[in-house]
Amino acid sequence: MEYVTNFFLPSAESTYAASVDGLFHFINIVSLILLVGITIAIVYFSIKYRRKSQEDTTPLITHNTTLEVTWTVIPLILILIVFGWGFNDYVEMRTPPSDAYEVYVESYSFGWNFEHPNGITEANNLTVPVATPVRLIMRSRDGDVLHSFFVPQFRLKQDLMPNRYTYAWFEAIRPGEFVYFCTEYCGGGHSIMNGIVEVLEQDDFDAWTEEELGRDLDSLPLAELGEIVYSQAGCQGCHTTDGTSRVGPTFAGLYMAEREFTDGTTRIADEEYLIESILYPRELVNVGYPNNMPNIYESTLSERELMGLVEFIKELQ
Amino acid sequence: MSAATTNGKTLKVRYFDIEENPTEHYLNAESGLKSWLFTVDHKRIGLMYLASIAFFFFVGGVLALVLRTELFTPAENLMTAETYNRIFTVHGAVMVFLFIIPSIPAALGNFLLPMMLGAKDVAFPRLNLASFWIYSIGALFTLVSLGVNPVDTGWTFYTPYSVQTGSAVILMTIGVFIMGFSSILTGMNFIVTIHKMRAPGMTWGRMPLFLWAMYATSIIQVLATPVLAITLALLIMERTLGIGIFDPALGGDPVLYQHFFWFYSHPAVYIMIVPAFGVISELIATFSRKTIFGYWAIAMSSLAIAFIGSLVWGHHMFVSGQSELSTVIFSFLTFFVGIPTGIKIFNWLATMHKGSIDMKTPMLYACIFLFLFTIGGVTGIMLGAISVNVQLHDTYYVVAHFHYVMMGGTVMAFLGGLHYWWPKMTGKMYSEFWGRISAIIIFIGFNLTFLPQFIMGSQGMPRRYYSYIEQFQTMHQLSTIGSYILGVGFVIIAVYLAHSLMKGQKAPANPWGARTLDWMTSSPPAQHNFNYQPVCNNGAYDFHKPIADFTLGIAEDEHAHEQKGDTIKQQEQNV
Amino acid sequence: MAEAHSLENPRLQHHFRNADQQFSSSKLGMWLFLFTEIMFFGGLFVAYIVYRAWNPELFTMAASQLDTVLGAVNTVVLIGSSLTIALAIRAAQTDKQKQIVNYLLMTILLAGVFLVIKYFEYMHKFDLGIFPGAFYTFEGIDHPKANVFFSIYYMMTGLHGLHVVIGIGLMIWLVVRAKMGDYSSKWYTPVEMTGLYWHLVDIIWIFLFPLMYLIE
Repeated sequence: MEYVTNFFLPSAESTYAASVDGLFHFINIVSLILLVGITIAIVYFSIKYRRKSQEDTTPLITHNTTLEVTWTVIPLILILIVFGWGFNDYVEMRTPPSDAYEVYVESYSFGWNFEHPNGITEANNLTVPVATPVRLIMRSRDGDVLHSFFVPQFRLKQDLMPNRYTYAWFEAIRPGEFVYFCTEYCGGGHSIMNGIVEVLEQDDFDAWTEEELGRDLDSLPLAELGEIVYSQAGCQGCHTTDGTSRVGPTFAGLYMAEREFTDGTTRIADEEYLIESILYPRELVNVGYPNNMPNIYESTLSERELMGLVEFIKELQ
Repeated sequence: MSAATTNGKTLKVRYFDIEENPTEHYLNAESGLKSWLFTVDHKRIGLMYLASIAFFFFVGGVLALVLRTELFTPAENLMTAETYNRIFTVHGAVMVFLFIIPSIPAALGNFLLPMMLGAKDVAFPRLNLASFWIYSIGALFTLVSLGVNPVDTGWTFYTPYSVQTGSAVILMTIGVFIMGFSSILTGMNFIVTIHKMRAPGMTWGRMPLFLWAMYATSIIQVLATPVLAITLALLIMERTLGIGIFDPALGGDPVLYQHFFWFYSHPAVYIMIVPAFGVISELIATFSRKTIFGYWAIAMSSLAIAFIGSLVWGHHMFVSGQSELSTVIFSFLTFFVGIPTGIKIFNWLATMHKGSIDMKTPMLYACIFLFLFTIGGVTGIMLGAISVNVQLHDTYYVVAHFHYVMMGGTVMAFLGGLHYWWPKMTGKMYSEFWGRISAIIIFIGFNLTFLPQFIMGSQGMPRRYYSYIEQFQTMHQLSTIGSYILGVGFVIIAVYLAHSLMKGQKAPANPWGARTLDWMTSSPPAQHNFNYQPVCNNGAYDFHKPIADFTLGIAEDEHAHEQKGDTIKQQEQNV
Repeated sequence: MAEAHSLENPRLQHHFRNADQQFSSSKLGMWLFLFTEIMFFGGLFVAYIVYRAWNPELFTMAASQLDTVLGAVNTVVLIGSSLTIALAIRAAQTDKQKQIVNYLLMTILLAGVFLVIKYFEYMHKFDLGIFPGAFYTFEGIDHPKANVFFSIYYMMTGLHGLHVVIGIGLMIWLVVRAKMGDYSSKWYTPVEMTGLYWHLVDIIWIFLFPLMYLIE
């Protein structure tokens, strides 16, 4: 039985998942009975009543009220059950307990930032405690496009918009790592906009919180700071560090390489170029890449973060 | 010989013989390219639509195979993510706007509607030609946009992505905007034709069910398409002037865009599927040689679907951020589309019961339709349940669902209809053997392509993904292999239909023993459809009466004599 | 039969059985077309309703920038033009060839007056910097979404204006045909259909005027 249910749905890892799955399997079973019945009828009629001669005649049957009422009323009852069941679960999915742990979620093309109530920020990896309701307060970055936060094992999905907040909640029932996806088409990096929800035992979560809070970014070496900026500011959505090409050029081997631009000029990627192209990305566009890098880093990155990022890129030789 | 009256006027009527192997018919009445491009003959216009949609189905189909090939592994096989995004967008837009919306209504509908009514043409033949040209101009814009910078927004053109992307959204949406008017004009033309051009004696209750389906479809076309037009006009304005209605960066709201878009595009689903119901009613009645079961139930359920279907657009937006109340109401209404749809399926099965079933190619497609469309329908119920929808929305489950409805439903009905009316259109028969073989290949290929998509969808595979996590690879590979089998099936069809056109045997006037008026003329039909003005005094599915009873027409010679009565009634004849 | 009919009435197209069928078909077709027009404008009215429900104060503030007097004059002008085109149809029904042309010319004149007034209204707003959408530079309205109101205003009145221009085009064509004596009580379908169209253009304005200009 478990094999069959796991064939259709991923394991149920949130409090409301089991009931959603119940409805899924209920509809599947009723549908299967219906489909088998219809198929048997088609095959049986096709054989039993196959045309025997070109002179065959058939009885004149225009309708049958009893039959017609039956096949109207039974589906009607079934759909009302399905609606009621789905509605009931939906109410639960939309009503977070008032004491929920709240996480702010920001999406952008192409990545995610999560901010905890205590100020810890994470990029593309959400860490939460087990058996605690977690409420997500979500919004897409200003000027960005729609995204959608989907954790299959939690049966959770909600779109994010740049102009208003949307909400969702879940309570994980056991620790583990659960993949999440972006499910609202958002452009070239749509299919790489995924990550992990890491559910920890309360003790582990507390330890993790302590460690994160104790980290002093100001005293980190520049390149290490740059690595954090790389994942949190959103660079990694488009620029890889392993030499492969995504929406933007890779950072691997970028430093001091010769770049070709759409206006026909070329330039060596020295420190000055790297900083300029981060701050004013639309001025010089690399040949073969779209001109769609966000024009926001002049106001969002500090001088030290910018230097850190450049040092990080320099180390990727 | 007999006489009959309509509206108190007495008509002289008599039975006519249908000419076999006509020497003169609509295909050879005029010749030259101009006689096609500027024809006002609904049959020729129908064939021109047929050629156009066949071309676009080929284009969309090749793109689908390219997509499936790319998805064979998660890595880059053929193209980059950007190219992939353009290709799935173009596949969707071409299939929806250029192929499936005009497929049955514009191609088969144009050819058949006046003939089934016993009319010489649609009410506005020149407008009909204009519709075709408007469609062609719209298609041209779409093709130009492909040359300039193919759109990468998905066929839904969701804002704000569609405002920000550098691809040729304006050209593409202008194309769709223009084609929308073609659809509106065709719908208007058909409604007026059905109201005003019915042959004497053709009461509403004697109309073939295909016409009821076309009537319901036309109402949706007239009702919903203008809203698509204004939505796309606003989108174009958003891109050019930045009017700030849909673009959040300027104070607009993307959810409003989604409401506008789906207000058309959900009813558009019924523009695509309701005509298919009409075709299936014809096929099942004819090949079961039996009066259709529940004529009024089937006719009225088409209208019910058109009506309820106009009120359920919000079920595309359960997780989009619309209010919870709207979500609940839209979910509730959505289920009620299931009732009339179910009624149709049961009525068709009841028609087969105690029939005389001849499993010719068109009937085989009708049975395939029943199976595949049932799957498409019940998975629609699944998607209508709100809590389950949260899990399934925007995953491959949805992709599989609408392919089961659109391809398993509409395309199978279209193929069934194409084979059924092929002898009437071309005057040629096709190879029955290859017809059945390809139908079976398509059935196998289709299920192999899309059944795995249900499973990976409910497992969590999001749609519109260029790459995927390894867990989904087996399902993707099965799906890709299935799509190649599907492709082979269509190639076989193309080959034997081409062979039929060139070397096919001559078709009799009524090869299937149908009772509707479209068969009461030669194959191919005369230039003005009939060599007589048909008079209808039987139901469209009166299979208990001999075919000879169905060729009644207004007599213009002195041998006819008059007889009075309130309505045209079947008389005992001594012809 | 068709030939027999076409001898009686050269206007009867071959696929119709008689002139009644042809006329009632045209009329039904025209009504359906008007229905699509209503759905077309309906989309804009919905956008209007949604944004007004979200920003009621914006609509009151922005409406003060519209000139109620000019709007009212235009309303009267359009209602007058509806009357004149109705009279043109009446003239056709009663075979008064000269009157058809005269009433049509009066309708065209009134439509022209409407457009001229609209032109001055637009020009005045452009001078103030009230452009649609992103080009909006006016600072007299203290509201972040002021541009959206005027986007809707320009879309609705612009689309309506386009319909007026198309109407003028149709009526010029009618005048040419009427001068050739094409229309009579036997056949005046194009005049009647253009009249229906023109009434719709009028009615849409009658909704636009209070919704845009008369918000308190």
